[in-house]
Amino acid sequence: MSLNQKRRVFLKGSLAVGALGAAAGLITPGAVLAAWNKNAFTAKSIDEAIAASNGQPVTTPSTDITIKAPDIAENGAVVPVSVATKMKGVDSITLLVEKNSTPLSAVFHLPKGTLPDVSTRVKMGKTGDVIAVVKANGKLFSARKGVKVTIGGCGG
Amino acid sequence: MTISRREFVRLMGLAGAAGMLPASAFAAARKPSDLYEIPKFGNLCLMHMTDCHAQLNPIYFREPSVNLGIGKARGKAPHIVGKAFLEHYDIAPGSIEAHAFTYLDFDNAAKKFGKVGGFSHLATLVKRLRAERGDGNSLLLDGGDTWQGSGTAYWTRGKDMVGACNLLGVDVMTGHWEFTYLDKEVISNIADFKGEFVAQNVSVNDDALFDYKFADFAGFDEDSGLAFKPYTMKSVNGMRVAVIGQAFPYTPIANPQRFIPDWTFGIQDERMQSMVNHVRENEKPDLVVVISHNGMDVDLKMASRVSGIDVIFGGHTHDGVPRPVEVSNKGGKTLVTNAGSNGKFLGVMDLDVSKGKLKGYRYRLVPIFSNLLEADKEMQTYIDKVRAPYKDKLEKKLAVAGETLYRRGNFNGTFDQIICDALNKVNDSQISLSPGFRWGTTVLPGQAITMDHVMDQTCITYPETYRREMTGEEIKAILEDVCDNLFNTDPYYQQGGDMVRVGGMDYVCEPGQTMGKRISNMTLDNGSKIEARKKYMVSGWATVGSQSPGRPIWDVVADYLKEQGTVKIKKLNTPKLVGVKGNPGIAG
Repeated sequence: MSLNQKRRVFLKGSLAVGALGAAAGLITPGAVLAAWNKNAFTAKSIDEAIAASNGQPVTTPSTDITIKAPDIAENGAVVPVSVATKMKGVDSITLLVEKNSTPLSAVFHLPKGTLPDVSTRVKMGKTGDVIAVVKANGKLFSARKGVKVTIGGCGG
Repeated sequence: MTISRREFVRLMGLAGAAGMLPASAFAAARKPSDLYEIPKFGNLCLMHMTDCHAQLNPIYFREPSVNLGIGKARGKAPHIVGKAFLEHYDIAPGSIEAHAFTYLDFDNAAKKFGKVGGFSHLATLVKRLRAERGDGNSLLLDGGDTWQGSGTAYWTRGKDMVGACNLLGVDVMTGHWEFTYLDKEVISNIADFKGEFVAQNVSVNDDALFDYKFADFAGFDEDSGLAFKPYTMKSVNGMRVAVIGQAFPYTPIANPQRFIPDWTFGIQDERMQSMVNHVRENEKPDLVVVISHNGMDVDLKMASRVSGIDVIFGGHTHDGVPRPVEVSNKGGKTLVTNAGSNGKFLGVMDLDVSKGKLKGYRYRLVPIFSNLLEADKEMQTYIDKVRAPYKDKLEKKLAVAGETLYRRGNFNGTFDQIICDALNKVNDSQISLSPGFRWGTTVLPGQAITMDHVMDQTCITYPETYRREMTGEEIKAILEDVCDNLFNTDPYYQQGGDMVRVGGMDYVCEPGQTMGKRISNMTLDNGSKIEARKKYMVSGWATVGSQSPGRPIWDVVADYLKEQGTVKIKKLNTPKLVGVKGNPGIAG
């Protein structure tokens, strides 16, 4: 069995016991909610959201951050986005969607030694950039990638 | 006047003797006693057909008079039409090639040279080339959009075309409209197809992987998550040829996702690069080619970013491009072709390959003129058999064409106008919208419009019509969205179709603008301004998101045609264009 297959079997298993796990207190919603940064996730502008999640709004554009996202979204409600970087000492990766009314989508806090490579799905109301902010050794770096959200149809 | 094969050969001989033949791609054959005499070159031959859209029988097809290139694409292949095209490719005006590649003098030339395409005529040429190149020295590649586009393809769910391609001997194919049948039908059609179906850019999405319904399908690979085999290795005259598939990247956006909910697409050029690297490192190929349904502009960009591909045989955008474009990238050069549509052309590339290197090539995009290529009996018998149950229905005459009826072009064609007018009339609406597909055959003035023609223009697996109110703002948003899919200066954000066709309204379009700023001055046919807040009754068809409630579009169009007698377009709702003066992509 390959690694991928094992992972899939594991995921299948964990999905099935997920509800049980939560009930048994293994994963408590409270613990998740405790980390919920309300100011950051309800911020209306990019700068506010970055400041509220990372302490300050100024970032340095970097080509060492790779954002993987479709050029045109197949479904704006669930756009798969991955962010990876080769930088050392990464503390967190923050994902923002430029044109959403509340731009902050996710903040990943990476414990020391974690490979800085995260994936999630974001909701996108309309065409715009996905922005990734990487906090490494206390400094903020950023990159963007355009994703088009279209009504579709009319293909050749 | 139609020209017979014998007559043609005689004329070509005369022209040759009189020194009238141009130094065109075709005249490269020094003694043009036969359009289909293609000199051998090198050691292997790759034949490429694409986007035939299920046209089993010969048809007429008018090439576009508007195919604008914006930004860096301006004036470059494939965005050149008419006289500019002839000059660019050094083709003599009035010649048979001029007719094959351009819309110029279309009616007269079509009458003179006759119909194009047809699988039985194509089969004759394929058999001849195979025989001339020698057993095992050639491959026949199919870029897709093969199983959709005719009444019989629709009613047999693509099976008629699978049978025809098996008879023709297609070795490898990829797809786009193939994916507009239900996923289980796609899987069943691929199982019946005797060649190989390849696509490196179609994955099973994460949710579906948990309990994938086609886990037993041979092409599926659980480790990579790819839904289809990404590439295949073929031995051609002792050379190892890798054929990688690239399906249409935006299938679930341009066409209904609901028919294929488990599959996710995308350009995936990083994966293409790792696939090419993998093939080069592990398969010891002598040649690496891609059969692509990206569309030409996307292929040109992909060829500049991905290295290690020798040739991309392209389709989707239906561009009849006589010469490959050589694209430089960090690994060297990649050739990019595009081979037209509707069965009109066969791309023939002869290559000189040895020890993993492409040393030289000759390419011809050969037009299939059915008067000049005898019908292959076996194929014709098959076609007649497939059509027999539907023959009466398809050959029913609905009206007579009062002028040339065509679709292809960036904006409304005359056949689109009929569809739009039919929608407004039958559905009692003010404005109608019809998709800018690039398939759909041409009807000559005086020719009967049959149900075959109507199906050629409309038969999709989501043909239902709708009638609903929209605000002026909503209508503008639709036009802007589709226009950006056509004219965005970054090809990766294009979808490869043409502009949505409109009936009952006019507008001004500035293709060189940016999203949201291209469309202005929208007015109804009576001249009154379309207001952002006001509501208008709109009808249309081909809704991608969900099934519309109305009758199939072909019934609406047939009803309308039956009342017309002879059809003449009263008004062509083509937009007034701004900023395209002197662009070689529009008739001067």
